[in-house]
Amino acid sequence: MNKELAISVKDLTKKFGEHTILDSLNLDVEKGSITTILGFSGAGKSTLLKLFLGLLMPTTGSITTLGENITKLSGVRLREFRRHFGMLFQYAALFDYLSAFENVAFPLREFSDLTEKEITEKVHGLLESVGIVERAYYNLPSELSGGMRKRVGLARALALSPDIMLYDEPTTGLDPITTKMVNDLIVETSERHAENKMTSIIISHDVKASLAISDYVAFLHLGKVVEYLPAKDFPKSTNPLVQEFINL
Amino acid sequence: MREKKKARGLIEGLGRSVVKIVDGVGKIMTYGSQFFYWVARPPYRWKLLFEQLYFIGNKSMGIILLAGSFTGMVMAYQVYFGFQIINVDSLVGVVTAISLTKELAPVITGLIVAGRAGAAMAAQIGTMKVTEQVDSLEVMGVDSFQYLAVPRIIATTIAMPMLTAMFNLFGNIGSWWVGTKALMIDETIYFSKIGDFMSLGDLWQGLIKATFFGFIISIVGTYYGFSVTNGAEGVGKGTNLAVVWGMILVLVSDYFLTSFLIRIL
Repeated sequence: MNKELAISVKDLTKKFGEHTILDSLNLDVEKGSITTILGFSGAGKSTLLKLFLGLLMPTTGSITTLGENITKLSGVRLREFRRHFGMLFQYAALFDYLSAFENVAFPLREFSDLTEKEITEKVHGLLESVGIVERAYYNLPSELSGGMRKRVGLARALALSPDIMLYDEPTTGLDPITTKMVNDLIVETSERHAENKMTSIIISHDVKASLAISDYVAFLHLGKVVEYLPAKDFPKSTNPLVQEFINL
Repeated sequence: MREKKKARGLIEGLGRSVVKIVDGVGKIMTYGSQFFYWVARPPYRWKLLFEQLYFIGNKSMGIILLAGSFTGMVMAYQVYFGFQIINVDSLVGVVTAISLTKELAPVITGLIVAGRAGAAMAAQIGTMKVTEQVDSLEVMGVDSFQYLAVPRIIATTIAMPMLTAMFNLFGNIGSWWVGTKALMIDETIYFSKIGDFMSLGDLWQGLIKATFFGFIISIVGTYYGFSVTNGAEGVGKGTNLAVVWGMILVLVSDYFLTSFLIRIL
């Protein structure tokens, strides 16, 4: 791949005690693309996501993100580096004691020099862009539906204009209509940030949606990337595991 | 042979328990040492600190008032009927006051705060942990210890001596009321004996202990919050451990603090 890379993983191995989760894994994620990582449960997808974020350190190997080998960064620098990422958690992970507005304002209050007026304007803009109606701005997460929580989570993740957006099982547990809404939102978000070349990485089980919204699809099995193809070529993969997964 | 085996099993069991306790205390101490690193570093989250002070301090006032008053009243009765036998019932006020100031106020306040605030800390942080809210803080580049634990530790360490002082005040009011109004001890004698036998060092001893207990309770409470795994069941377990270990450490450290403070104050 002779293109600009957002993340480059080389010979990555992660062990927990004697248990090997990722085994000499290699993966290059193209800048500005939507890449989905598919795999059976226990394949190591979530571990890989945590390694991208520097929440876990590899046993061996390296992860170069936006040109920086994050495995060499110290605690404070790594924490600062994480601000290049936005993440939409599986269940949104909104702070349950803060309203939708306050959740989105949180990273802006922590890391920007914006005034309260500017924060209010920006938060309103972000909530509007993900389709949250004004009367829900001051609702607590417990007063929002699953789909709305995901939208607020996405708005919060986008607040600091990240270079890389990570989506952890974004459609798990959602009904088909909300699933479509979340998938559309991922594509819209990627298109809206296309000029900044924002990269999107999705961890998913959902083959159909992955093929529809992604540029590339990687298939993880027993800690290795066993297939990595453009989404349009992925269904034609000759790997029997991939075919089994697609036809499940 | 069988008895030898049984004795060996017993010793092994005892050894395992000791290792487990030492390991647990070591982990809590290592965890607690982070506080000294993070407390001095910006950003200083004053709003979170005042919210915690309000919850731990202000919201505990009712139960402290109740516990303090009744402890003082009961103490006065117990001491009076014991001292009457040897004809020193005039010392009821001072004995109750010293007991409250040096021991009962800091220890009972510590047990109440461990049960109330320590449990709340473990439950709040534990719930945030299992719902990935702690992870989301970390992903945003916010240190979860600095954001969640530091304000709670400072607030408990500040609130504990204040609550202890309140316990003292209401305990002594209760004791005075029972001593002089119900047991008819002369009010002048009651107060003069307190003036004769009590010193400022007694008050300091209680307040220093309370400050230390506040630190321990909040370290233990937040530690068990961050240690939560396995969903709702884990939150319940973490909360339970926070209360149990918070109380145990208050009682055990009270002995060591007393043996130290009694020599210097």
